[in-house]
Amino acid sequence: MHMMYFTEQPMSAYSAQEGLKFGATALMFSNSHFDPKEGARLYNQYIEDYIYAEEMGVDGIMLNEHHNAPFCMQAKTNVFASILAAVTKRVKIVILGNPLPLAENPVRLAEELAMIDMISHGRLVSGFVRGGGQEQLATGVNPAFNRERFEEAHELIVRAWTQPGPFRFEGAHYQHRVVNPWAVPLQKPYPRVWIPGVLSRETIIWAAKQRYPYICLNTSVEATKAIWATYDAAAAEVGYTPGPENRGYLIRVHVSDNAEKALKNAREFMWMQGEFTGLAHPVWSSPSGYFSPSQRRGFVQFATGRAKSPRGNPTFEEQLDSTLILAGTPDQVIPKLKHIMKETRPGIMAFWGNDGNVSPEDARTCIRLLGQEVMPALREYGHELGLNSPFEANAPVSLAYSTDLRPVAAAAAE
Amino acid sequence: MSQTLSWTRSEVCPAGVPVQLARAGAGRKVLVLHHDIGMPDRLEFCDALAARHDVLLPFHPGFGVSARPDWMRHPRDLAVIYQALLADLGGPPPVVVGLGFGGWIAAEMATMAPAALHRLVLVGPMGIQPPTGDIMDQALVNYIEYARAGFHSGARFDAIYGAEPSVDQLEQWDICREMSFRIAWKPYMFSLTLPHLLGGVRAPALVVAGSEDQIVPPSAAEIYAARLPGARLEMVAGCGHCVDMEQPDVLARLVNDFIG
Repeated sequence: MHMMYFTEQPMSAYSAQEGLKFGATALMFSNSHFDPKEGARLYNQYIEDYIYAEEMGVDGIMLNEHHNAPFCMQAKTNVFASILAAVTKRVKIVILGNPLPLAENPVRLAEELAMIDMISHGRLVSGFVRGGGQEQLATGVNPAFNRERFEEAHELIVRAWTQPGPFRFEGAHYQHRVVNPWAVPLQKPYPRVWIPGVLSRETIIWAAKQRYPYICLNTSVEATKAIWATYDAAAAEVGYTPGPENRGYLIRVHVSDNAEKALKNAREFMWMQGEFTGLAHPVWSSPSGYFSPSQRRGFVQFATGRAKSPRGNPTFEEQLDSTLILAGTPDQVIPKLKHIMKETRPGIMAFWGNDGNVSPEDARTCIRLLGQEVMPALREYGHELGLNSPFEANAPVSLAYSTDLRPVAAAAAE
Repeated sequence: MSQTLSWTRSEVCPAGVPVQLARAGAGRKVLVLHHDIGMPDRLEFCDALAARHDVLLPFHPGFGVSARPDWMRHPRDLAVIYQALLADLGGPPPVVVGLGFGGWIAAEMATMAPAALHRLVLVGPMGIQPPTGDIMDQALVNYIEYARAGFHSGARFDAIYGAEPSVDQLEQWDICREMSFRIAWKPYMFSLTLPHLLGGVRAPALVVAGSEDQIVPPSAAEIYAARLPGARLEMVAGCGHCVDMEQPDVLARLVNDFIG
């Protein structure tokens, strides 16, 4: 198994009252409410937490990226990945993920990621995402071409990593006359790519066809199984059978030395007015062209306030009941996590331990208990169940590097 | 004056691009280019024009009725297609009336084939960066808010779209918005180069703007009128962006008088 620690890096020092008054806490909620002195304090606390997590034995640190929002201070995931490359020695640095369509220059991303890979001596996992609807508006990139930009940027980055330069790339969205970065990844053929997601069926199918592991972000057990069914069907079309090495799962779990404190701190997962990405404005989170046409009718009703968010909005208690959020002592959370592992069989797991206003001391306790008690127990259980990570399984980095594909050409021709 | 106008629908294929076309009336050809929010089924303004002229109403490719060309990247592409349509139709030079976003397309048409138009009418046209303020960004407001913002009179909006537009209408607006993003995302709803080309337009031009236009600041219409040789500017008092829908009789009179 590969087990990671995750935090959104919440900007917990902003005024929740002002956010509620404004009615939204993403995209347009003024950054005049961002205090850089608090920002400096929090960023450095999070760096110390990550170093501590490595000491406590986690396999990896998961990073992400969001813009214009207090729920996540990681405005540039590569910045933190660079920091971790220098201040950690053993953990995998798992970016989940770089929002490719937000980049106007994918070659620059390829360069930065290659630098991170070399500086960390080959510890990078370079995940990619499409970026949320709000992120497109925050960066000024065209949401209508989101999927095309994602796929073209991915192609360009992989080529920059694997095709000897100089070469030229004239795409529909990206045009480069000289691709020849003097920074290439240490890991060959290139750093592993994992794809996190929640809703988009097209992304699941794309990940499966690339043979990239897919990381379910805190979906219910039933939804997770449905995602694996979709993934497996797409994988079959290209000639392989997925296993735990293709499957990842993120869950919010706050661990403490007593149950009461665990519950109190776990409530902080609801800190942004009850939705972990904050009060999502129905229009800004789903700009036209971003979602697939098959979902149009549902989203136009959500955008005009005629329907609830297709994501739903369960209460804290409902999420505890349905194991979308876990809280407790190690003895309390381990059985529940084992149940999820048995049902969904992931080789990769991410533990989102701390959010909102959890105190630095309690955050550390959570990290310690995750690293020293929860993860070892789950590692052993995972071993029993044969839940190998891509590293343990020596899985091919992508479909193109597979050596075990079944022939599918005949079936496709019929 | 009542008229029994019958609008016919057909599919034409200018430059090989399928375009649904509504047509009514007889006389000089008047091409009417609709807004970025699409076109309702019946428009008083178009009926009034069709009482005196041969009115052609193409549904812009990709805006919910005519199929979407995935390759299209700029309103100038639409202008080329509509110039091809005029060339296919032949006959004496037509009038082109551009409504809002359609006004941008019409202006582009006029610059690319100066001898091809009899008259140019721009109503609340996009396509030029206003000297002060910005063209309203539809990305930040929902479909109903954006469509409503095109009207100074809420009652007129309700009369055309209903107080609670249907889900079908919302879907149509989303399709229109998606296509607007595909071809006019940035710079948003204007061209950096068009203002420099307007001097080459030969067709006499009428520029109309609602004094209360919240979508396109009326100062943009002033620039159009200043740069189009011999153009005339008409401000419609107390009217919003969608002059054709909000005050159809006023606009029809202005345009019919101008066409002659």
